[in-house]
Amino acid sequence: MLKVDNLHTYHDYLHVLKGIHFELNEGEILAILGSNGAGKSTLLGTLAGVYAPREGNITFKGEDITQDGVQKVVSKGICLVPERRQIFNSISVRDHLLLGAYHRYKRDKKTIQQDYENVIEMFPRLKQMLDRPGGLLSGGEQQMLAIGRGLMARPQVLMLDEPSLGLAPLIVRDIMGILRRLCEEMGTTIILVEQNVKAALKVADRACVLAHGRIEISGTAEELMQDSSIQEAYFGKSKKAKKAT
Amino acid sequence: MEILSQVLQLLFSGLTVGSIYALIAIGFVVIYNVTGVLNFAQGEFAMFGAMICISLVGMGLPLLAAVILTILIVSVIGGLFERLAIYPARNSSVPTLIIITIGVSIAFRGIAILIWGTQPYALQPFTENNPIRILNAVLLPQNLWAIGISLVSVFAMVYFFNKTYIGKAVTACVVNKFAARLMGINPEKMSLLSISMSAGIGALAGIVIAPISGASYGMGMMLGMKAFVAAVIGGLTNAPAAILGAFLIGILESFTEGLWSSGLKDAVSFAMLLLILFLKPEGLFAKASGKRV
Repeated sequence: MLKVDNLHTYHDYLHVLKGIHFELNEGEILAILGSNGAGKSTLLGTLAGVYAPREGNITFKGEDITQDGVQKVVSKGICLVPERRQIFNSISVRDHLLLGAYHRYKRDKKTIQQDYENVIEMFPRLKQMLDRPGGLLSGGEQQMLAIGRGLMARPQVLMLDEPSLGLAPLIVRDIMGILRRLCEEMGTTIILVEQNVKAALKVADRACVLAHGRIEISGTAEELMQDSSIQEAYFGKSKKAKKAT
Repeated sequence: MEILSQVLQLLFSGLTVGSIYALIAIGFVVIYNVTGVLNFAQGEFAMFGAMICISLVGMGLPLLAAVILTILIVSVIGGLFERLAIYPARNSSVPTLIIITIGVSIAFRGIAILIWGTQPYALQPFTENNPIRILNAVLLPQNLWAIGISLVSVFAMVYFFNKTYIGKAVTACVVNKFAARLMGINPEKMSLLSISMSAGIGALAGIVIAPISGASYGMGMMLGMKAFVAAVIGGLTNAPAAILGAFLIGILESFTEGLWSSGLKDAVSFAMLLLILFLKPEGLFAKASGKRV
C-alpha cells in the first residue's frame, strides 16, 4: 500500500533520515520504535508532506507522492495525528471534528455528518462534551479528540506520533484498544510511532526500530518482543539477567 | 439642558468617528491574528475606498453599485498586497514585515496622489441629510449610517469567524497553523482571504466617512494610526475589545476637541496608546498572556 524507498530528509544541514526503506501492507498496524532523536517524527512528517525529502521515493497505492504537500497527501488518504495532540484550545470538540473533514467539505458534505456521528459514537466521552473548548479537555480526552479529528479525514493510512505521551497507563490501554478496533473493524492501516515499546508491540502487527536515522531492526511484533537487543534496550533485561531467570 | 445637549452632540460625534475606527481596527486585528503582521497600510484601504467610490459616482454609477464595486476593487487590492508584499516575506522577521507594510502604505499614498492629486473630494450622503434634533443636539442621518453599517459589519465578521465553516478554518489557522495544515487547511489561502476581507471592510469605512469629513490622498494615515491605537487597547487579538477601544478613542477625541482644544485630539489618542503600552501592554481587555504588543 505504502512504499518508502531510500528516503533522505534533512533539517537545514542536519541529515535526519539516512536511507529509510520499508513497506506498509493494507490493514496492518506498523509500529516504529526508537529513542529521542532517532528520526521517528521526521519520518512521519515526511510521509505526511510536512517535510520534503531530499532523496528517495514515497509511493502510495502505486502513485508517487514524494513531493506532495500536506494538503495533497491528506486528500489522497494519509493523515497524521501529531505529537502532543496539537489541539485548538479555543475551538469546541464539535468544530474540531468537523474541521477534520476540511479537505473534503466541498465535495462530500452529506457523508461528513454521518462520519461525525460515527466518530462520536466511537468516543462516548467526547459525545458528552461537544461544546467544550479543546483546551479544557484532559490529556486522554485530547488524544481521543485528535484521533477523532484524524478519522474525519477518512484516511486510508492513519499515522500517530506518540499517542501515549504523557498519558496514564489505563488511558494508554484504551487508546491502543481503539487503534486495534480501527484496524480490525474499519480496515484502517496504521503507522504508530511510539516510545512506549511494550504498548506498541502489544497492538502492532509489525514493527521496526529507528536509530540515528536508519531502520536497524524490523520484523513482526512477536519477533521484536523476543529480540534480545530490544529486551535489553527497552525492557532492561540483560543477557545475564535473562540467563538467571 | 445646554450641557446635556453639548454632551449628546459630542457623544454622537464620538460614536460616529469611533465606528469608523472600529471597522479599520477589525481589519488590523484579523490580519494580525492570521498572519502575525501589524498592517500599517490598513488605513490606506479606507482611503482607496473613499477615493474609488467618489470616482465611480463621478463617472455616473449609482451610489449602491459604486459602493459594491469599490469594496470588490479594494478587496482585490488587498489580495494583491498579500500576494506581492506579505506572502514573499512570510518567513521574515516581524520588524521586516512591519517595515514592508509601512513601505506599501507610502506607495499607496503616492499612487493616490498620481491618480487624484492632493485636493480633497466629497461624496454625497447616502440619503437625505436633514438634521435630526435630539435635545438641541444635532445628528445627521449619515452619522446613523456610519454607526449602523459599522455595527452590522462587526456582527457579520464575528458571525463569519465563529459560525461559518471557512471562518472556523481561519480561526484554526490563527490558533495552531501546524495542526490546521495537517487537516488540509491552507494557511496561506486563509491569509489571502483574511487580508482581502480586511481590505474590503477598510474600504467600507472610507466610503462611510467620506460624506462626513471628505476624502483625500492623506486621509488613510491618521485613520489607520487611530485604528491601531484602538486595536492595541483591545489587545490586538480580541476583535470585540478592539471595537470597544475604537469607540473609546472616538469619544475621547470628540470630548477633547469639544471641551478642550481641537489641536489636542490626536495627542490624546496617542497619549492613550503610550499609557496602555506602559501600564497594560497586553491590552485593557486581554488576560495577561506574556505576549506584548
